[in-house]
Amino acid sequence: MYRYDAYDSQLVGERVAQFRDQVQRRLDGALSEDEFRPLRLLNGLYLQLHAYMLRVAIPYGTLSSEQMRMLAHIARRYDKGYGHFTTRQNIQFNWTKLEEAPDILTDLAKVEMHAIQTSGNTIRNTTADPFAGVAADEIEDPRITCEIIRQWSTLHPEFSFLPRKFKIAVTGAYEDRAAVRVHDIGLAMQRNEAGEVGFEVMVGGGQGRTPMIAKTIRDFLPKDQLLSYLEAILRVYNLAGRRDNKYKARIKILVHELGTEVFRDQVEAEWEQLRDAGPNLDSAEVERIAAFFDPPSYEPAETSGYNAKLFEDHAFSDWARTNVARHKQSGYAIVSVSLKPEGEAPGDATAEQMDAMAEFAERYSLGEIRVTHEQNLVLPYVRQSDLYALWQGLRTQGLSTANIGLISDIIACPGLDYCGLATTRSIPVAQRISRLFANLDRQHDIGELRLKISGCINACGHHHVGHIGILGVDRKGEEYYQITLGGRADENAAIGKIIGPAFSSDNVVDAIETLVNIYLEQRYDGERFVDTYERIGQSPFKEALYDAR
Amino acid sequence: MTLVKNGAVVENEWVTVDDDTIVPIDQPAIVSANRWRNEKERLRQRNVPIGLRLSSDAVVDDIADALDTIELIALEFPAFTDGRSYSTARLLRERFGFEGEIRAVGQILRDQAQFMLRCGFDAFELAPGANVDEWIDGLSEIAIHYQPAADTRTSTAVLRHR
Repeated sequence: MYRYDAYDSQLVGERVAQFRDQVQRRLDGALSEDEFRPLRLLNGLYLQLHAYMLRVAIPYGTLSSEQMRMLAHIARRYDKGYGHFTTRQNIQFNWTKLEEAPDILTDLAKVEMHAIQTSGNTIRNTTADPFAGVAADEIEDPRITCEIIRQWSTLHPEFSFLPRKFKIAVTGAYEDRAAVRVHDIGLAMQRNEAGEVGFEVMVGGGQGRTPMIAKTIRDFLPKDQLLSYLEAILRVYNLAGRRDNKYKARIKILVHELGTEVFRDQVEAEWEQLRDAGPNLDSAEVERIAAFFDPPSYEPAETSGYNAKLFEDHAFSDWARTNVARHKQSGYAIVSVSLKPEGEAPGDATAEQMDAMAEFAERYSLGEIRVTHEQNLVLPYVRQSDLYALWQGLRTQGLSTANIGLISDIIACPGLDYCGLATTRSIPVAQRISRLFANLDRQHDIGELRLKISGCINACGHHHVGHIGILGVDRKGEEYYQITLGGRADENAAIGKIIGPAFSSDNVVDAIETLVNIYLEQRYDGERFVDTYERIGQSPFKEALYDAR
Repeated sequence: MTLVKNGAVVENEWVTVDDDTIVPIDQPAIVSANRWRNEKERLRQRNVPIGLRLSSDAVVDDIADALDTIELIALEFPAFTDGRSYSTARLLRERFGFEGEIRAVGQILRDQAQFMLRCGFDAFELAPGANVDEWIDGLSEIAIHYQPAADTRTSTAVLRHR
């Protein structure tokens, strides 16, 4: 993975010093909260319902074991002993104190981490395929591109006060595990007829109040032209994006209002002007960054013990079925570690679990961990012969839940339990659903089902792209939940459609069970929930939900 | 009003005149883009420098014909969260080669000074009560720059391979 050189360290150090000074001015009263807000928001510090929340950047979701240990330390020292992994592959600490925030950043800097641009109307942490570098269907490790974008976008002088936040995602594989089509910019690596590598550039996707699938504005952008093209997009947006209404300020609204063609023409015209003088890197710098992501030296495959254990141990094979993915190197496996145990808050991990993950990473995964936008963790380099021992270790830490991709692998926002924007709770709904479907055999029978819950219209829980989406709405002080069906965040991204009137908090979990039962009755062999839904449409689900009432 | 230019407090030689006030004949004056358009010929005939004040939604192309004549452009920040003038400043410097003063006016924070400097601003109108020394410190808080911009600072990508 990428390691800082003296320049990177100096920048982060200077930024910590600057922020420490800003916090001091706030504590002294030299800055009002109004003046301080945009400054703290450039550095991931939110004022939530109960406390300050600090969001720490995990660039493209890659962590070393050393970094994970520091996160555990921070959870213990400055928080209540746990942290929350987010859908942007970051981590949030929900119970921090303003006066301690600079110390947390100082600790983070020791392990080459920071909170720069994890909030505010800036270019946020660029996200990537969590299987980057190890996926079998990959053209190139997208993290090389992400690191290039990270550096270019960090403290970008022109784009630190955009109309609204700005999110970029990159995938290097055919199968889209990074949800690139619901980002402000999605980059999907392509190879052209000459065999050169570049990107399909998609712009204007997003969720929130006005969900949209990104539009392709360029089929193939040569890789070495990426930064000047991004600069052109951002400049058009910075100048023309709406600033009169926060809810219409994302780039998706600009693309929608101008029309894709007009927007593309403006970007291309701007790019023509700056492509030669722009920020593109020369090959020496690209090679320097790329070398950090060279594949490790793999050892010869040894799989026989693994196959035997799969036969012997039913619980292990259940786990392997959902949580172990194919690695590009034979004899190795990609392990997803679920942070969605029955009845717990999705994405939460205790300091002990973080330390344990660091330990497992060192012992079994070359010291590397990934965070997924589905709020789980990944160990990307596990020898198949180590899987059984790893699984046993995970079991001792409550980290062996065999539900990756299943109905209890829920994405949920923090909701009204923490968030100042939320109108309803989302974590308790997730907990009740995971309890209802606690029987693992039943979950495996239901198969892949992406269920996502947002506690308000801002859609941080990605409900628009859930096979089943749940949106909390407040009705005169009572929590109601609206259900959408058919959303997906993959390479065939789609926005889910509302099935009908919302359900009360008491009834929403039963409604989910009803939907699942219709699927089980109607499915053909091999069909996932979303496949059946796409084949039979809304009506059977709708009738089951509403006609009986 | 305190004016900081090129990292030091300087005397403000310019007067900003609104559209209803007579432009003084003996002092450098900053006028609106509208006034420039309407009174171009007359303003050109003065023998003292003229400057333009642009709102944050101004489009540089619309005043491109003025750039040969004017010596100062004041870019407005109606709120410190309105970041359009950063792009406008870069376009003025990098696309249009404007070499006169680019002055930041309106709601600006010292914490933004370095971003402005890098985008091509060289002068800053400080809000009443602003701490001048802190402001000047703010211009150099971060010495590392990952990306090239409108200034002459060398980006890390270049420094690393020297």
